[in-house]
Amino acid sequence: MKQLPAVFLPWLAALVALPALLPAARAKDFSPAIVYDFGGKFDRSFNQSASVGAERFKQDTGIAFREFEITNAAQREQVMTQLARRGATVIVAVGFTQASAVEDVARRFPDVAFTIIDGSVDLPNVQSVNFREQESSFLCGMLAALASKTGKVGFVGGMDIPLIRKFALGYRAGARYVRPDIEIFENMTGTTPAAWGDPTKGAELARSQFGRGADVIFHAAGATGLGVMQAAADEGKFSIGCDSNQNYLHSGSVLTSAVKRVDVAVYKAFLDAKNGAWHAGPRFLGLAEDGVDWALDEYNRKLVTPGMEQRVNQARADIISGKLPVPEYKTP
Amino acid sequence: METYTLIVLLLAATIRVATPLLLAALGGMFSERAGVIDLGLEGKMLGAAFASAAVAAVTGSAWAGLGAGILVSVALALLIGFAGITHRGNQVVAAMAVNIMVAGLGPSLALAWFGLGGQTPQLNAPSQRFLEITWPWAEQARATPAPGLLYAELLSGHSLLVYFAAALVPAAAWVLHGTRFGLRLRAVGENPAAVDTAGLSVNGLRYQAVLISGVLCGVAGTYLSTAASAGFVRDMTAGKGYLALAALIFGKWRPYPTLGACLLFAFTDALAARLQGVALPVVGVIPVQFILALPYVLTVLLLAGFVGKAVAPKAIGVPYAKED
Repeated sequence: MKQLPAVFLPWLAALVALPALLPAARAKDFSPAIVYDFGGKFDRSFNQSASVGAERFKQDTGIAFREFEITNAAQREQVMTQLARRGATVIVAVGFTQASAVEDVARRFPDVAFTIIDGSVDLPNVQSVNFREQESSFLCGMLAALASKTGKVGFVGGMDIPLIRKFALGYRAGARYVRPDIEIFENMTGTTPAAWGDPTKGAELARSQFGRGADVIFHAAGATGLGVMQAAADEGKFSIGCDSNQNYLHSGSVLTSAVKRVDVAVYKAFLDAKNGAWHAGPRFLGLAEDGVDWALDEYNRKLVTPGMEQRVNQARADIISGKLPVPEYKTP
Repeated sequence: METYTLIVLLLAATIRVATPLLLAALGGMFSERAGVIDLGLEGKMLGAAFASAAVAAVTGSAWAGLGAGILVSVALALLIGFAGITHRGNQVVAAMAVNIMVAGLGPSLALAWFGLGGQTPQLNAPSQRFLEITWPWAEQARATPAPGLLYAELLSGHSLLVYFAAALVPAAAWVLHGTRFGLRLRAVGENPAAVDTAGLSVNGLRYQAVLISGVLCGVAGTYLSTAASAGFVRDMTAGKGYLALAALIFGKWRPYPTLGACLLFAFTDALAARLQGVALPVVGVIPVQFILALPYVLTVLLLAGFVGKAVAPKAIGVPYAKED
């Protein structure tokens, strides 16, 4: 293309000018949006927790939010661009896999506030919320070791990523803290996002660990974990839930859940943005900030003896006060 | 002793994982031996998995679920047949269309009916699932290691559908190679013109073959959602239909070799689940990524090197047109 024929020039100019003529994103109405990750908003785990937070915001403020469930990786950027273009004030991206999309879209829409959960993006309009999962995992590891009769406990992770290694490390440390000689089996479901939604594989991994003698298994695997918990219930063994409080799923078989208050993070991001209190930058939520915790309710009350409860709560207090250091996973 | 227990457990897992593959592959065998490419295994299984989980959740009966699963799978099979046999359309395209349609339709219907984001409700009641059947004295037998454990883990303790799949292999072999129907079916796949000359309906036989495949895929899908797990989730077949097709080709479209291929695929899969994080002699702990790729690497190697030439039915994929 050496030279553009002159006849095209006015058209080209119009084409360039067109976006400017369209009404720019209207910033005056507050319009929150949330983008869920693979697994979907009803995974009864990580994404569902986020959805609960968004729903609560809607209930409390009467402000509707827009939401989107990712079904393939290419959608992330498109969806966020669409949301930003259509005037979303704050966009919460749930899950570490959204980081690159957030980085890209946030750069192009500097006036839109982005909150990424479980990821970090260093931009002036992005808030990165991360949890200290190792702390709740540590407590769950303690409970697992306290409840195990065989002296063997298991861990089933979803996709093999640093975040899930963080869970595994905390869990291992917690179990060893109670019983230094305990044997721990670790499995990852896969290396692609499909590993979050394969309950059949989850059940198979769980059964392999039960077969090797484990009697408590902690899952950090999204919807794949449903299979893990089902297998535990079928075999009369214990499982430990993750992210949401999953104690109710199989009452009597779920020892506890490593709760991650994604709902609080989402709720707070929406509310802060509404009240103008939203700040960019990293935020870390651990036991001390009520960002993570272990779950005790009527569904697992009978499984946790007062002695166990007392020891775990003691450790909880020690972690908060800094007396008990929990190892953190460092990316190699 | 530890090793022995591990091996037995590994074999038990192999049986569980192989069951849906085997059911689908045997279904595909009937269809393909009659000359109809069965790329729709995946879609039929997924459709059945959804239908059976949905019906089992609503009615509370696993058997009603099985019926619904078979019904949906057969309907999809007939749809592919209608396009590929009656209207002589491209069988591959018709089957792929069904696969893609079901992948979207299942979660959409689940969302509309149950409002759980494309999943069916968890099947918690025992009556909603095909649970494992423990044979008499299995628990006592477990105490005596060598034969007892074999009995308790390999023979006992599987879902009814697993036993059905196992019984199906000799049955399929007999139907295909020992009956008049089987002979005609194979003839239709090799030389439909000859069958036509003999005064038999080519399309009629092909429809029967496709129907059998539909029924078996229905059972396979039901196994996935009501026996292996408890409920339907998006894309829960995870490529098992295609893997079954590969096993069928690997098994040269014959029942027993196909069984062998299914067991081999399942074994590598079960092995992959167990090798993770286990320190092996000499090599030490193998990275997770390598372990997870193992089944696929092995499949490629075996298909490339050891299987020999797989000869497909001659008339496969060619719609039959009566010469006017």
